[in-house]
Amino acid sequence: MIFTIALRELKNLFLSPLAWAILAVVQLIMAYLFLSQLDTFMLLQPRLAGIEGAPGVTDIVVAPVLQTVGFLLLLVAPAITMRVFSDEKRNRTLTLLLSAPVSMSEIVLGKFLGVTLFFMLLLLMLAAMPLSLYAGTHLDAGKLAAGLLGLALLLASFAAVGIFMSALTEQPVIAAISSFGLLLLLWIVDWSGAGREEVTGLFHYLSLQTHLESFLKGLFSTADLAYYLLLIATFLVLSIRRLDQQRLTG
Amino acid sequence: MDAKILISVEHLYRYYGHYLAVEAISFELKQGEVLGLLGPNGAGKSSTMQMISGNLAPSAGRIRINGIDLLDDPKRAKAEIGYLPEQPPVYRDLTVDEYLAYCARLHRVSKARRGPAVRHAKQRCGLASVGRRLIGNLSKGFQQRVGIAQAILHNPAVVILDEPTVGLDPNQIRDIRSLIRELGESHGIILSTHILPEVQATCTRVQIIHQGRLVFAQTMQELERRLTSHVLLLETRQPLDAAGLGAIPGIDNIELLGARRGRLHFTDNNPADAVAAYVANAGLGLVELALDRQTLEQVFVELTCSDRPEAAEDAA
Repeated sequence: MIFTIALRELKNLFLSPLAWAILAVVQLIMAYLFLSQLDTFMLLQPRLAGIEGAPGVTDIVVAPVLQTVGFLLLLVAPAITMRVFSDEKRNRTLTLLLSAPVSMSEIVLGKFLGVTLFFMLLLLMLAAMPLSLYAGTHLDAGKLAAGLLGLALLLASFAAVGIFMSALTEQPVIAAISSFGLLLLLWIVDWSGAGREEVTGLFHYLSLQTHLESFLKGLFSTADLAYYLLLIATFLVLSIRRLDQQRLTG
Repeated sequence: MDAKILISVEHLYRYYGHYLAVEAISFELKQGEVLGLLGPNGAGKSSTMQMISGNLAPSAGRIRINGIDLLDDPKRAKAEIGYLPEQPPVYRDLTVDEYLAYCARLHRVSKARRGPAVRHAKQRCGLASVGRRLIGNLSKGFQQRVGIAQAILHNPAVVILDEPTVGLDPNQIRDIRSLIRELGESHGIILSTHILPEVQATCTRVQIIHQGRLVFAQTMQELERRLTSHVLLLETRQPLDAAGLGAIPGIDNIELLGARRGRLHFTDNNPADAVAAYVANAGLGLVELALDRQTLEQVFVELTCSDRPEAAEDAA
């Protein structure tokens, strides 16, 4: 049942030009970033060649590009997630799901899975560019895989946050703005470095960015994995609660 | 009649904040019944239907669908329901076929039965020719029919239709009414409407909701009896002669509405033939002689326009 809803959600995304536009724009910007980063590497390469244990192409090209793409997707993801529930509420089609023999968790998980599948498709297209480097050089496959996994988790978190915001309102634009706001806040929350040690520690932990960074360094730690999984679970549970509560208050 | 009880609603309450929208509504629906819910706007019809379909949680009360408690086991209970809300829940970006296939999957119709189910529903609702068109491009009437098709697709025990004939043309309304009657033979149906003749044409039972309360609940036969008139309306060319008319056996009393018009009250047998004979013999010149029927509309107006609470209680 979850897959039925997920598949429908994924297909619905591709019915509107928005998804295609986002795929195209993100791909274009990624290509530009990738090429300019590759250019930098070409300039540095002669000097790096002489240094023992110098950073390789994965560190200089792939990691920074993936990092920037993470931020870029933060700007784009709300546009994809904004319609998930708010559109259904506005068009009164949510009734169809609510009167079908499907539980609220199945509905939310289905929607989440559908949006995440779309993001994974996007990620797959983006991954094609770094992978193309294999044609000319050697990549650190472990680092690349860790980076992509980090990005995948990040995108899934974007989806969960966006879906929750979409469940809050009937207006897609409000859902987009508020999920963008929340995601950005989570991204920059560790910038307030001036505070006391324990406070910055907390903020540092809360930040979306710091956890992505360790993945990009090729570091796969369960703490970072747990952070993303907790974030996703929290917002999915909140969405389920929110929709259940709407049934109570009408 | 030992028909299965498909819906049983007990003491249903629903508050919106402090506003009491549905108050202590209880009723049962048996297999083979078509229940018409009537009521003015904002009476609580749609809220009641939303609660039975599981879209709205009741503040208090109990709903059982086919013996399954809706709150304890919503998945199994919902599988027995087909629901068409006021606004058909259709995805405008899908074609009719895609949409119905998705609905069938949502309702766990097995893969083998999905195709026939969609075909059957389409054929019943007259959608066979528009299967490949986008729902958003269809007229309101067709969208409504897609909504009905969605509600009957999985062959549910109970079909709940909120104003099913809104936006349809007269021919479609007739088709949908006959569809409802046909469905009513094997399923239990609840429908709400503002159109009173529709109730008389399709329903086997009528309930009127007013200000959240059930103020009237009768089967169609009881209603027919109630509506059977005991008044003859008479109009003649010459002035009426009250004494002469009063002498006709069977007539209890006469109410003159003018020199040439009168209402003749009777109790048992209709004395129309005697009246006609009298008028002819006296040479009064018959213009009109008719049963003064009370309509469902009058009952409705009587129950829902009066602010006297005792009138409502008497009727219930």
